[in-house]
Amino acid sequence: MLGRAVVAALLGFMTLPSLIVLVASFNPTEIMAFPPSGLSVRWYVNALTYPQFQRAAVNSLLVTAASALLALPLGTAAALALVRGRVRWNALWTAVLLSPLVIPGVAAGLGFLILAASLGVLTSRVVLIVAHVALVLPFVVRSVAVSVANLDVALDRAAASLGASPWRVFRRVTLPLLRPGLFAALLFALIVSVNEFVVSLFISTRVTEILPVAMFTYVVNYTDPTMAAVSVLFIAATFAVVMAADRALNLSRVFQIEEH
Amino acid sequence: MAIFAVALGALLQFSVLEFVPGSLRTGGLTLANFRGVLAAHYLRVIAETIVLSALTTVFTLLASYPVAYALARAPSRRLRSLILILTLAPFFTGAIVRTYAWMLVLGHSFIRWPVKLLFEPSGVLIGLVHFSMPTMILILAAAISHVDATYERAAASLGARPARVFLRVTLPLSWPGIASGSLVVFAWTFSAFATPELLGGGRVKMIANVVKDLALDAFNWPGSAAFAAVALVLTFALLGGVSRWLTRTA
Repeated sequence: MLGRAVVAALLGFMTLPSLIVLVASFNPTEIMAFPPSGLSVRWYVNALTYPQFQRAAVNSLLVTAASALLALPLGTAAALALVRGRVRWNALWTAVLLSPLVIPGVAAGLGFLILAASLGVLTSRVVLIVAHVALVLPFVVRSVAVSVANLDVALDRAAASLGASPWRVFRRVTLPLLRPGLFAALLFALIVSVNEFVVSLFISTRVTEILPVAMFTYVVNYTDPTMAAVSVLFIAATFAVVMAADRALNLSRVFQIEEH
Repeated sequence: MAIFAVALGALLQFSVLEFVPGSLRTGGLTLANFRGVLAAHYLRVIAETIVLSALTTVFTLLASYPVAYALARAPSRRLRSLILILTLAPFFTGAIVRTYAWMLVLGHSFIRWPVKLLFEPSGVLIGLVHFSMPTMILILAAAISHVDATYERAAASLGARPARVFLRVTLPLSWPGIASGSLVVFAWTFSAFATPELLGGGRVKMIANVVKDLALDAFNWPGSAAFAAVALVLTFALLGGVSRWLTRTA
């Protein structure tokens, strides 16, 4: 009983900020008060009509879609090569591909900033897309690699022995069997990219900045609850994606939590 | 990935170039940037970062273990899904939204806290623990679910009280999860940026905040690069050291 209370309290601690944001977003006055004196959607109107948020949302969509679509085939090829092929210095390649996970965001961000400045492309969205591809690649490679490792090579050989060309084997056998891994990889890529902040802060301008960077700038400069409304919209969208993913993928399996 | 390596190369190159104030051009080779990092107030930032990371790791571990245990041993699929979704949702909401939420919670407009929390190290610590919990819970839950529950039942049937079962059976067998979870949380916290930036309000600074101040506010890219390079080396040294210590004690 005590154990349950502790777990409930800890889960409450984890959800407390989201609840407070929800309450604050409907607060009618600029200075937040609790309990609120009424309900208002003015901050939602404010959030949806603020030009910088609109521009940043478009940038977010472009950067996230482009980087996910680029990282997925690249990561799949890398995962297939690492698990299946006899690549020389396999361990080294694995370490290099996973390195963005441990390299501090500010170090990577500053590196990209210096590089982009010296190439004179600092004002381009391409810099953001390239950086995001590098940052999501580890997640893509890892989730696809798990699927590849579980794949029976005999199925590929059977198809090949029946006369299928290598491309046909890949299209008709390997790819369909990898589908759960690819789906998980895409989900990871989208979520990591859409939430990426530190590296993007270094390499975006007022014109190219993505939503988290615009939100950061807003929080630093203004204190009104517009940010709470944006947060609620953001949390709602994420929650919907996670719920849908749990239905489609059974997340327990993705995170390797066994059932007994 | 090649671009990633080139970017880091550019960072290291800039860390040994001379800073010309008021300009993005750089002078000749110098070690002055690294001497700058050794200034007393920067050394204090590095020390504070290490202390905050260590505290965050300990508190995250303590707060995550019960939830991870409940998740791994949930009696029904529905309960498991509920705990998992509550765990994952903040994980997926991103640094800025979560940190903003904590600014509201720790500020004085909602809850009258007896002590000042916002813009204090304690507030930053709370934010960092909250930020690390989902990761820790997932790693721990995976480890605990690999511990066969029959061992626990065997110990209990031989007369061990629940606390003893936990301390002598479950805890030692889930050690790999504790070790890797702590390692990941420590490394992440060590390079944390958004949480100390917003919850610290300029009064609590970690390494990443100084790197950003130097690069984006002072336009001292060489000095910033030196600091980032030091952070990079420290991260790998600490990761290497901690992982060796953990594997030896395991």
